[in-house]
Amino acid sequence: MPIERVVGIDLGTTNSLVAYMHGDQHPTLAAPNARAAASGVVIIPGEDGSNLVPSLVALTLEGETIVGNAARKHLIETSDRAVYSVKRLMGRGIEDVQAELKLFPFRLAEDLAPGEVLRIKLGDKTFTPPEISAIILRQLKRNAERFFGGPVKQAVITVPAYFNDAQRQATKDAGRIAGLEVLRLVNEPTAAALAYGLDQKQNGTVAVYDFGGGTFDISILKLHDGIFEVIATNGDTHLGGDDIDNLLIAIALDDIRGDLGLDVRANGEATQRIRQAVIDAKIALSANDSAVIEADLPGGHRYQRQITRAQFEKLIRPVVERTLAPCKLAMKDAGITPAEIDEVVLVGGSTRIPLVRQLVRELFKREPHCEINPDEVVALGAAVQANILAGGSKATEDMLLLDVTPLSLGIEALGGVVAKIIHRNSTIPASATEHFTTGVEGQTSVAIHVVQGERELAKDCRSLARFDLKGIPPMPAGLPRIEVRFLIDANGILHVSAREQRSGKEAEIQVQPSYGLTDDQVETMILDSFDNAEIDFAQRQVIEARNEAETMLAALDKGRNSPAWQQLTPDERTNIAHQETSLRQVMGGDDYLTIRNAIDILNKGTMRLAEVMMETAVHSALKGKTMDDADMGEGPTAPHPFAKAEIENSK
Amino acid sequence: MSDKVAISILNNGATPNGQCWSCGAMRAAHFCDSCGHLQPAEPTNFFSFFDLPRKLNIDTKQLEKIFYGLSRKLHPDVFARIDGPEQDWSLQKTSQLNDAYRTLRDPISRTEYLLKLEGVQMEEQSKTATENARTSGEVKKQAIPPELLEEVFELNMQLEEARRNKKMGESDVQLASDLELTRKSLEDKYAALDNELREYWNEWDAFMDRHHTGEQSPQRTTRDDAERKQIRGKMVSLLNRRSYIRNLVRDVNEVLEI
Repeated sequence: MPIERVVGIDLGTTNSLVAYMHGDQHPTLAAPNARAAASGVVIIPGEDGSNLVPSLVALTLEGETIVGNAARKHLIETSDRAVYSVKRLMGRGIEDVQAELKLFPFRLAEDLAPGEVLRIKLGDKTFTPPEISAIILRQLKRNAERFFGGPVKQAVITVPAYFNDAQRQATKDAGRIAGLEVLRLVNEPTAAALAYGLDQKQNGTVAVYDFGGGTFDISILKLHDGIFEVIATNGDTHLGGDDIDNLLIAIALDDIRGDLGLDVRANGEATQRIRQAVIDAKIALSANDSAVIEADLPGGHRYQRQITRAQFEKLIRPVVERTLAPCKLAMKDAGITPAEIDEVVLVGGSTRIPLVRQLVRELFKREPHCEINPDEVVALGAAVQANILAGGSKATEDMLLLDVTPLSLGIEALGGVVAKIIHRNSTIPASATEHFTTGVEGQTSVAIHVVQGERELAKDCRSLARFDLKGIPPMPAGLPRIEVRFLIDANGILHVSAREQRSGKEAEIQVQPSYGLTDDQVETMILDSFDNAEIDFAQRQVIEARNEAETMLAALDKGRNSPAWQQLTPDERTNIAHQETSLRQVMGGDDYLTIRNAIDILNKGTMRLAEVMMETAVHSALKGKTMDDADMGEGPTAPHPFAKAEIENSK
Repeated sequence: MSDKVAISILNNGATPNGQCWSCGAMRAAHFCDSCGHLQPAEPTNFFSFFDLPRKLNIDTKQLEKIFYGLSRKLHPDVFARIDGPEQDWSLQKTSQLNDAYRTLRDPISRTEYLLKLEGVQMEEQSKTATENARTSGEVKKQAIPPELLEEVFELNMQLEEARRNKKMGESDVQLASDLELTRKSLEDKYAALDNELREYWNEWDAFMDRHHTGEQSPQRTTRDDAERKQIRGKMVSLLNRRSYIRNLVRDVNEVLEI
């Protein structure tokens, strides 16, 4: 398919952005950043004019999904119909999100089995994390389509460098569900390096410290005449600004319980107000020496607490210090010391915190770069990679990104030990070939368990998939020689193929992703998603109109049996009969407007009948009857008797 | 610049015979000489992928240049807009390129790889075997290199005592400093192996130069085979010693909690 108009998307924990790099022809387009603008890279703003789209999704009572700032109101007012930080749940199972559930108001479906893809409840509907992410992506796609005045079908999406295979696959699935062909997943710190490297093509070693809303990454790159070669990466996919917020929220909740004797943890609205208040305070503390956390609470109470920067720093230091170990490991893997690093680049909103900058400065012993807005730099870099894939331009013609796989890939061997076949920090695409055989005579299938991680035992690593090699020709034990090739592609996603070498037969592989959607599920979701959500909505309107028509007709039947019917003129009665017939004719159709129309007409036509019936009822009431007893027809007086059962005799 | 280096090297060696799938001309290893189209990925050994002889002295700066040059030409980014089989070949070829570069740029993995190509089974000192042994608690079946016998005997006694002390919560300053000394001496030995390995590389490369090719050739004599085997044997023994010493250092570090 032809490649055109490929956008770059930063699908963040807290905020998401979409950016585009014009080829060579639009160097003067306005952009928030002068350096980026010079190369024609722009962030595409949303309808509200803001570059950042909060990664927040709400489901309205009408069943519509809304994204970003527009959904904020719902997060406070109907917090059970809104979700944020869903990136934390991507590619994970119920057993590995227990810690998150204590800290985040995720409402998961109750019937989740271990290993099943999570489902999040919004109101009475459930969505998988890729579906929620797809709703955000679809909003970004719409923003871009409005910007271009034309369709956008292809994208480069960024992921944390330390994302494992399942998390990457989930992100790719989200793209597909949103109707985007994901040409490449790019690691966030690497994308940031591309954005920085665009205008200053110099050689050297660069460390990218990316501390975002929910994830932390460190990547060390070697720049060589336009080649961006990642030599080591490390990180923590569950460490970010969210963790800092949670520390402050815990303090506020304690205060409130102590001072006001209120436990507001179960109150979604109050918790969200407190959360917003601590985020505001956290941001204020990057510029000021003190800030006030204030929030309105139920019962007219108001919470207020002053916090100084010194107190704040003491509180968050342990969180920030958790970023140091991955940095040291990455340098060790890269075989370099801080002195050998030429530049340090800061990425992610959390790097605005002065304490973070201080610790980075101390670790790398140099002043870090933050010239490009740390919230936007990843999206800008994604747009650069998008431009490269779309054929490049003068600014990108020499640029090539060589990234690595963050985690070792291994196979569970005898005794549950992991045999590593592709080591972490191997340049991708990377591959490994392994040979397997049978242990029992005539065995026709072999099971392989693939894991990702650095631990020695398979149970401590991340289970990626269980493969069944099937269709092995029956042979004595140990004779078949099955060659399995594992290939990690440029997105960091694993592919497996197998061949039985003695028979030359391609072995059939059944993949059971441990925490992913199957292709069929994704296909179904694509069908079920937005465009169809509109169809759903229309269908629901038809159903509602039909129900209303039924009620209407039932009431009319009652009216016919009431004395009031006799007080209508023959014309009125004929008229009503016509209107009734037209309603019965159209109510089976699919056009809810026609049905509603017919209902309205019949409604008007029976207006006098209703009035007369009401008068009769009032009269009856005066005679000592209640309105219910007034002769308005035979209502059911007892539970409906069971219909006679039909019993089929199969013999 | 660098791709020119890569291509000239690629085109002057023995390339697999075949025709370009696109234009039918005789083709080079990665691209057709005539029409420039990418050729299918084929099973290859890492030396041939870079069109290098099966020799162990490799100029890694030069190898890096070739790697960058080929990356620019083979990477899936370059084929993102091209439909058809070339997209998949580019993925396959780039993975071969990356695997080959990773293996050949490191002296130890390069040596191990060559030995593997030569048909030497190195199971004894493989990581899997080590890890298997560690989990099962069995002593790994690995012969103690004779020249280390005495030292290992002494060291094992010290380690046992140190572990016993640790369990009892006692500390023995003298023992700790002895172990520290042993660790230093082991690390020196470990480092010295690099020079020794280079000697064997030179022997191997000289042998290859005399016989022009690493492939089986009909003129090979029994004497050649014996020589070949002998050099291989020296490298295997060195790598075994190396991994043995590495494991000892790890054991000492564990006890000293480094």
